[in-house]
Amino acid sequence: MSAAVIEVRALTKCYGDVRAISDIDFSVARGSTSALLGGNGAGKTTTLAILLGLLMPTAGCIRVFGEDMSRHRYRVLGRMNFSSPYVDLPQRLTVAENLTVYAHLYGVQGVRKRIRMLGDELELSEFMRRPYRSLSAGQKTRVSLAKALLNEPELLLLDEPTASLDPDSADRVRSYLMDYQRRRQATVFFASHNMPEVERLCDDVIMLRRGRVVNRGMPKALIAQYGRDNLEEVFLDIARDTDIDSTHGQAVQ
Amino acid sequence: MNGSTGEWLSFRRIGAMVLRYLYLLRSSGPRLLELFYWPTVQLVLWGFITQFFMTNSTWVAQASGVLLAAVLLWDVMFRGQLGVSLAFTEEMYSRNLGHLFVSPLRPYELVTALLVISLVRTLIGVSAAAVLAIPLYHYSIFELGLPLLTFFFNLIVMGWAIGLIVAALVLRYGLGAESLAWVAIFAVAPVSGIYYPIAVLPGWLQPVAWLLPSAYVFEGMRAIMFDSLVRFDLMVKAAALNAIYLAVGVGVFLYSFRVARRRGTLLHVGE
Repeated sequence: MSAAVIEVRALTKCYGDVRAISDIDFSVARGSTSALLGGNGAGKTTTLAILLGLLMPTAGCIRVFGEDMSRHRYRVLGRMNFSSPYVDLPQRLTVAENLTVYAHLYGVQGVRKRIRMLGDELELSEFMRRPYRSLSAGQKTRVSLAKALLNEPELLLLDEPTASLDPDSADRVRSYLMDYQRRRQATVFFASHNMPEVERLCDDVIMLRRGRVVNRGMPKALIAQYGRDNLEEVFLDIARDTDIDSTHGQAVQ
Repeated sequence: MNGSTGEWLSFRRIGAMVLRYLYLLRSSGPRLLELFYWPTVQLVLWGFITQFFMTNSTWVAQASGVLLAAVLLWDVMFRGQLGVSLAFTEEMYSRNLGHLFVSPLRPYELVTALLVISLVRTLIGVSAAAVLAIPLYHYSIFELGLPLLTFFFNLIVMGWAIGLIVAALVLRYGLGAESLAWVAIFAVAPVSGIYYPIAVLPGWLQPVAWLLPSAYVFEGMRAIMFDSLVRFDLMVKAAALNAIYLAVGVGVFLYSFRVARRRGTLLHVGE
């Protein structure tokens, strides 16, 4: 089996004449935390959706745990999970009911114990009997994360994992994710606009612009390459298509 | 800690989805009320119409429960279709499809769960009306005996087939197509011979009627009620047609799911 958990080769997705992503290649190492960065419309969500098997590529191939996601995704879906503040859970069901349904879908053993444990760890216990629709945006984000951790996934795909969370809750969630990744030796791959978060969590960053990978590397290496102080400035350079002065490693307009 | 999720068919996953719909039903008084409301209103209305026709129609007078049996059986088909279409529409409302289909749930397991919850909803709604007919109008549909089971299953399967096609259209065109869930089945009502024999239809329309399993069921029902004759031949034809209808319904739904994966609509559902 390959050491890479995710392998993306020549991936292209077209919607009619529009190319959402074009000829993308990258791989994600087992046990790493990687981020997909890019401005709006860069192709992050499209790439994540193809990784999850929700969207079929026009061309190219994605392998997860060595399996072709176009043809054999059910062999690996039980080893992965996903959380996004932009994909809801059933609104009328309580938090406990939602987690129970998904625990059974993922074949979790000891459903009640697992839900109780996640409730404690993500500070959801007091909301367990409340309908999902009655929760605040931040609470919903935490419930979605609890759903994503039900099956203790080896590969965790996250879209904006701390969106809508206050700074304290966001920091706790980040710490929890780091701890989970270390404890489980899991691979975490996420899309985010929160650059300090990416700097703190990630070993590897893949930069997208207009559907193409334009750069990748460790956050510190990218900051140095662009001659910037932080990843946010690098992000702006890439999003605004700023060239790099190759002699001095400085971004120039 | 986790069990296998690679098996091609899992009763646990199907059970999880049925549980999801039962939780939903339990959480909403109006949804529960709706199950009983329409079958009961229909029953009361057609009960009074029957009482009127009993003294004004020799045809109805020959078999007093024919209109009540017809309305109850029609509701089996209608509830069966609604049970599938509305349960699927709930997933669109709650924007939950993205989570469902990154889980190991197969599309055909979702289909199975939709059929199971439709059966549960139909049994709850129609049984209540059927039992109510006994004290109100002194008519018991259970007097039809064992053939009632074949009528029930043939009609609910036809309802499922239509319900799956409606769900496929909602997946394809978004919640803007939701109203189809309420109106689609009425397109077949005039040619199903619910309240009158197929022979009443114009000659050119009768072959169309005989393409519908429901036409055979309602003719079979009248054969028992008017002639005390159990027409197994009609039930066999209905079942054979239903096998085709259900295969088409499941096929159309799975195809629309595949199209949704190509177009990316599983993540972006709405109007």
